[in-house]
Amino acid sequence: MFSSTAQAAPRSFMPIQGSTVAGYVDSLYAFLLIASFIACVLVIGGFIYFAIRYRRRSENDKTLYITHNNTLEFAWSFIPFVIFMVAFGWGWWVYDKMRVFPENALEVHVTGYMWAWDFMYKNGKRTTNEFTVPVNTPVKLIMTSRDVIHSFFIPSFRVKQDVVPGRYSALWFEATKTGSFQVFCTEYCGTGHSAMLATVHVVETEEYENWLQVDPYRGLSLLEVGQSVFEGRCLVCHSPGEDRKVGPGLGGLFGKQVLLDDGSTVLGDENYIRESILYPNAKITAGYPSGVMPTFLGQLDETELLGLIEYIKSLE
Amino acid sequence: MHGAHSHNYLNHEKGLWSWLTTLDHKRIGVLYMISVFIFFFIGGVFAMLIRWELFSSGQNIVSPAGYNQLMTFHGAIMVFMVIIPGIPAFLGNFFLPLQIGAKDVAFPRLNLLSWYCLMVGAAIAFMSLFFSGADTGWTFYTPYSIQTDTGTIWLVTGAFVMGFSSILTGLNFVVTTHKLRAPGMTFWKMPLFVWSLYSTAILQILATPVLGITLLLLVAERVLGIGIFDPALGGDPVLFQHFFWFYSHPAVYIMILPAMGIISELITTYSRKTIFGYKAIALSTVGIAAVSFFVWGHHMFVSGQSEIAGIIFSFITMLVGVPTAIKTFNWVATLYGGSVRFDAPLLYALGFIFLFTIGGVTGIILATIATNVHFHDTYFVVAHFHYVMVGGTLMAIMGGVYHWFPKMFGRIVDDGMARITFVLIFVGFNVTFFPQFVLGAMGLPRRYADYPVAYEALNKISSIGSWTIGLGFLLALYVIIHALKRGEKAGDNPWGARTLEWQTSSPPPHENFDKPPVVTAGPYEYR
Amino acid sequence: MSIAKTTTTAGSGPKPHHHAHHFESAEHEFSAAKLGLWVFLSTEILMFGGLFVGFFIFHGIYPEMFKEGSTFLDWRLGAVNTVVLLLSSFTIATSVYYAQKNNQKAVVLNLAATIALGAVFMMIKYIEYASKIEAGLLPGQLFSYEAAEAANLGLYFSFYFCMTGLHGLHVLIGMGVMAWVLKRAINGEFGPGYYTPIEGIALFWHLVDLIWIYLFPLLYLVE
Repeated sequence: MFSSTAQAAPRSFMPIQGSTVAGYVDSLYAFLLIASFIACVLVIGGFIYFAIRYRRRSENDKTLYITHNNTLEFAWSFIPFVIFMVAFGWGWWVYDKMRVFPENALEVHVTGYMWAWDFMYKNGKRTTNEFTVPVNTPVKLIMTSRDVIHSFFIPSFRVKQDVVPGRYSALWFEATKTGSFQVFCTEYCGTGHSAMLATVHVVETEEYENWLQVDPYRGLSLLEVGQSVFEGRCLVCHSPGEDRKVGPGLGGLFGKQVLLDDGSTVLGDENYIRESILYPNAKITAGYPSGVMPTFLGQLDETELLGLIEYIKSLE
Repeated sequence: MHGAHSHNYLNHEKGLWSWLTTLDHKRIGVLYMISVFIFFFIGGVFAMLIRWELFSSGQNIVSPAGYNQLMTFHGAIMVFMVIIPGIPAFLGNFFLPLQIGAKDVAFPRLNLLSWYCLMVGAAIAFMSLFFSGADTGWTFYTPYSIQTDTGTIWLVTGAFVMGFSSILTGLNFVVTTHKLRAPGMTFWKMPLFVWSLYSTAILQILATPVLGITLLLLVAERVLGIGIFDPALGGDPVLFQHFFWFYSHPAVYIMILPAMGIISELITTYSRKTIFGYKAIALSTVGIAAVSFFVWGHHMFVSGQSEIAGIIFSFITMLVGVPTAIKTFNWVATLYGGSVRFDAPLLYALGFIFLFTIGGVTGIILATIATNVHFHDTYFVVAHFHYVMVGGTLMAIMGGVYHWFPKMFGRIVDDGMARITFVLIFVGFNVTFFPQFVLGAMGLPRRYADYPVAYEALNKISSIGSWTIGLGFLLALYVIIHALKRGEKAGDNPWGARTLEWQTSSPPPHENFDKPPVVTAGPYEYR
Repeated sequence: MSIAKTTTTAGSGPKPHHHAHHFESAEHEFSAAKLGLWVFLSTEILMFGGLFVGFFIFHGIYPEMFKEGSTFLDWRLGAVNTVVLLLSSFTIATSVYYAQKNNQKAVVLNLAATIALGAVFMMIKYIEYASKIEAGLLPGQLFSYEAAEAANLGLYFSFYFCMTGLHGLHVLIGMGVMAWVLKRAINGEFGPGYYTPIEGIALFWHLVDLIWIYLFPLLYLVE
């Protein structure tokens, strides 16, 4: 779907530099690594040398009696202090670049919930678990959570910000390379934490403008719409087969009698599916805890809802 | 069976009941030793299971929900039941009174009570396993900890009760250090282990109550829904993090300061050299303790706290680095011109310096705010704190146990075997955790039950390393049991150390010294 | 075994107290106990400190809500309780004084008076709590008062109940320990040579009083 010149494949020093701040962070990291390496060589090399040089040769060894040396002690207090201050100041300078938001940034709203990310653009376009931004353009993400604290992390862009329920937090980046990059959730948020992944697609401005206007469901059958919604939002917790994930598998659900946790049964029809999506705690399948599934009321439009019902109907 | 001396604290009274009701600090130390070893074993099993699950991408042995329980219990057990009581309550209890020439700690009954607090707290914490477990991580972050449908409340209550254990130990040590020093033992003549326990005790006293109230509020939040941490009721979930880290950052120093004290003892003893910069080490210990109260926000650089706050916390964190660096340089300088004997305790001490240095410099990388944004909550952090907590504290415990074992039980540990445990643990540790720095730099977040395939190779290496560590600790257990049963009888001062605990018999008599000691010289007078 | 227990001797004066084996003298033991008590009190201050910090933070965020919340508290009942606690601090201090002066009867009397005053405090607390609970002025989720103006007014009552509740718990614990000390005082165990338990409970009681001195204006009076 997208031409990609850079992949999100992780590399061992640092991930690919995909944003304007990445280079600054990596230079600082390189400085810190070199300074750390020198410190380790001095300390570790020092004690290994001393330990071997002054190993015990006989039980009557005479040892030196040195209690302290002010000059030396001042030096090894002051020099680390200076290095630490350089690290601190440099870190502050780079951090400033991360946290001072450009004025004309393209704003995208992000909502995190267990366990997916929703993205919403100014023109109303919405996507789940992937979003697209133009290259060489400052982008500001305005983020909130619907349940617990999540954290939005794009390793290739070196940006990360916690996403907190009840308030908005923000981060910004300016992508410098086109391609697709990994997004992780980095604040522990429960069972699906490690599956709460997303992708950011960085494309040329023109391609972005076109993408923004395209109705993602144009030309798709209702079933295909449903499948796409299912894969984006439901698959984290529900298998299309019959096996258990976080929630029950939905294969063969339609037309079946579903045993509920209060002992009653309900027919798995359109009404039941719709209710379970919009009011997930109204009826709980036997053997599953209540209160786990978030509501999708107001999150899905009618087409998507009908599509989902069609898709679930089709599951064997 | 014990020692050459007919009368000592081990045979002073007989029977299990005499142990469970003992007021002797040495016996309470042994009680702590047994419980800490058992908890460490359980926490270690959880660690092995974690590494097994992470051996390859995809689900291996447990579901993601199961994995989250593993990592929660591994963290909570290791922090609250192993590392926090590990040195102060176990080795400290045994040796603080001996090192200052006291007959006991100031409040023996409270001392015993503190052990029972740990036991009861641990029992409550483990109760959660019968109520669908706990899956919040040991940090209990709200609002997840309020919403999750598990037995979190048991684990939280258990941690609360264990807090009393820590407070009582701290209280006892402060008063003991102030009031029960032998004649002539001025503050500047105290062994550095005592200095470190004293500083630790102050942290335990001042920080733990804040954790107490925080955990109480969390319990109230779950039971009553008081809303202080719940955004839906006007509360602030991030406030919990502030409260939590106000305790838990000093807690990090509760874990590492006493370890540093042990290292000072080991380095001097096995190089027969007076410590270089005694006052600098003593004062830097107190300095670290004091400053550690003002750095908690470095756990929260990306939490949404203000940028200014983040920058200030970054600055103060850098300041903590200075006294830490001073100590390390002092230990290295102490070796200069010494007579170094490579017994297992010294190997552990050198291993400590090696690993702690790496843990320290990566700490600076994390304290630098701009790099922290990338590394926060990734495996880089996991590697960093394991280098400090395992590479630091556990190495010190191992070294301390081998060093003081002859004094505690009157028997000598097989040094060859002990050195093998060092090699296994040290090598295994680096194989396990060094790759995790790289994983973190590559962006892999922590607390992930599963990971993309790109991260698999390094995870495999890490898991293989963990088996080596496991093997090392199992061998260490064997070495200790072997020494208890068949170890050669130890003299009163097998290492030729100068501190007071070596001036009494091995094992020490019930009241520690046959004749109250009078101190005239410093603790490291090797001339 | 050389741990000396209190031994009984005939006579009307205070029974002699033997210090524990690891102390040099009774004074030595007393000074250690006192230091330990002060250290313990500092943990109490830190624990309440957490609640106070939380209170100030939310007071800063929602000044209107806290203002409205405080109007539901009866400052007269709070003031009476303040006087009651201050009075009890006086009686317990007097009790220490008479222990030093070896006046057994006055020690017992003042301890009993302190317990009684603690009970009065808790009774008034009960009246306050009952009226709040009846009106639905409860913490967080449980809040059910209909005519509240500020949103999330329950948060104010979370602080009200947590702070006064924890304080009340300390009053109850203090009364319990004091009852034990009273029993020992009736047995005539205290005198100028040994009154550590009275001194200890007195220090604790002063702290409980001090915390109330801060709670009262913060919750009842501050606008």
